[in-house]
Amino acid sequence: MTSARNHPIYLDYSATTPVDPRVAEKMIPWLTEHFGNPASRSHGYGWEAEEAVENARAEVAKLVNADAKEIIWTSGATESDNLALKGAAHFYKAKGKHLVTMKTEHKAVLDTMRELEREGFEVTYLDPEPNGLLDLEKFKASLRPDTILVSIMLVNNEIGVIQPIAEIGEITRAKGIIFHVDAAQATGKVEIDLARLKVDLMSFSAHKTYGPKGIGALYIRRKPRVRLEAQMHGGGHEKGFRSGTLATHQIVGMGEAFRLARLEMATENERIRMLRDKLLKGLQGMEEIYVNGDLEHRVPHNLNVSFNFVEGESLIMGMKELAVSSGSACTSASLEPSYVLRALGRNDELAHSSIRFTLGRFTTEQDIDFAVKLIRERIGKLREMSPLWEMYKDGIDLATVQWAAH
Amino acid sequence: MAYSDKVIDHYENPRNVGSFGKEEKGVATGMVGAPACGDVMKLQIKVNEQGIIEDARFKTYGCGSAIASSSLVTEWVKGKSVDEAATIKNTQIAEELALPPVKIHCSILAEDAIKAAVADYRKKYGAEAAPDKKAAD
Repeated sequence: MTSARNHPIYLDYSATTPVDPRVAEKMIPWLTEHFGNPASRSHGYGWEAEEAVENARAEVAKLVNADAKEIIWTSGATESDNLALKGAAHFYKAKGKHLVTMKTEHKAVLDTMRELEREGFEVTYLDPEPNGLLDLEKFKASLRPDTILVSIMLVNNEIGVIQPIAEIGEITRAKGIIFHVDAAQATGKVEIDLARLKVDLMSFSAHKTYGPKGIGALYIRRKPRVRLEAQMHGGGHEKGFRSGTLATHQIVGMGEAFRLARLEMATENERIRMLRDKLLKGLQGMEEIYVNGDLEHRVPHNLNVSFNFVEGESLIMGMKELAVSSGSACTSASLEPSYVLRALGRNDELAHSSIRFTLGRFTTEQDIDFAVKLIRERIGKLREMSPLWEMYKDGIDLATVQWAAH
Repeated sequence: MAYSDKVIDHYENPRNVGSFGKEEKGVATGMVGAPACGDVMKLQIKVNEQGIIEDARFKTYGCGSAIASSSLVTEWVKGKSVDEAATIKNTQIAEELALPPVKIHCSILAEDAIKAAVADYRKKYGAEAAPDKKAAD
């Protein structure tokens, strides 16, 4: 990739990925010549579209070792999360009103939980350990006789840590609690075996795995059967779970993207891990930098680093040749630093100073070499400008300073 | 975030970055903001015997607008008397840099930094700083 002003090196694959050209090629005919409605039963246009949809469904199921009948299409992982959480909470509310999740979940889960609280459910938001992982003993202690639903993500979007889903599933299944997993950031990055994992509901997204935006899926276990109340009503598509005409081209894209992920993930992840480690190694030795989240229980494509004493947004401005994202406040115009990093117990300076680098299919070794050189140079420049760095260098403990908060 | 050319210019070519020696005569310091809020500004002024700000330096931890706001005020205070500098308003800074509404707090912080530096100057050099008071002595 080029490093021109409008085409910086893309290191933000957790935000979204480009559609793989092989995927895009498969999608196009389903927009033009094969435009039929998959629900049309009276002619060949419908039949061929339905067949394409079912082939794609089988591909999505295959990546996660599920039955195709357990996959339903949605508009993306946010919708899948909403349908899973609201759908299960509403269906099982006679059994109890307590729900459990983590403070580091994606907003699609946290905000849905807030909505369920407004409806009268009680939600426990668990703190992660300082490495970002869920402590299983603390998790067990949070469960109550009236707990009906647990939602824990597989891979965290900011710090890339992998939660102990297999162990959590054993606990929830033994207690008859429904277990939802947001796997939007996980497909193609970690192996998912739903025949083995005791997960009841799992959310997927296409665009994090080189498929198109606007399409996702929800896995709904059949054995033991999980029931949901539909959130979208209409023509009774997707077994009544989610009405709405199916977007054949998007679905075909997701199926192809997940097929490629299944075939290529083993070699691809090794290549990406090598590049990520090269990036990490390139930054090591710099003073006052901190990797956020566990390095071992982590997807290979993520590196989240706090550069102490440099504010995240100015850091991003300073590295405009790189397309990365910051956990800091100013980029999103909210006044809070990353809630994920705060939940890990990072102090304000570190939470405001983080950059998320996420690598992917089209990242090259040259990209990483360029990035390391640039980061080292720009961090140096920004620290020369930072009063906090100056105080640190003078041996002042910033925690003891009385700040004039504004 | 789309910044004005002026913000980008100050960010990329910040004016008067640095610190004066702590023992230098006529130097006063204002430090405002907090790491928790994502902005800390340190503004130093160097005032001559006539009460005129001869030179200024800044260091800022914060977003691009915060850096630009503090860089700009180091230029603006130079050549002004301490009293004149204290009249610089955040609205002037925000207007000059065309700050978007979510970044207005950066200009407020820069105004506060000037006021804090002036207050420090008056505290340190109180008698010399206020000519009328001197006359009363």
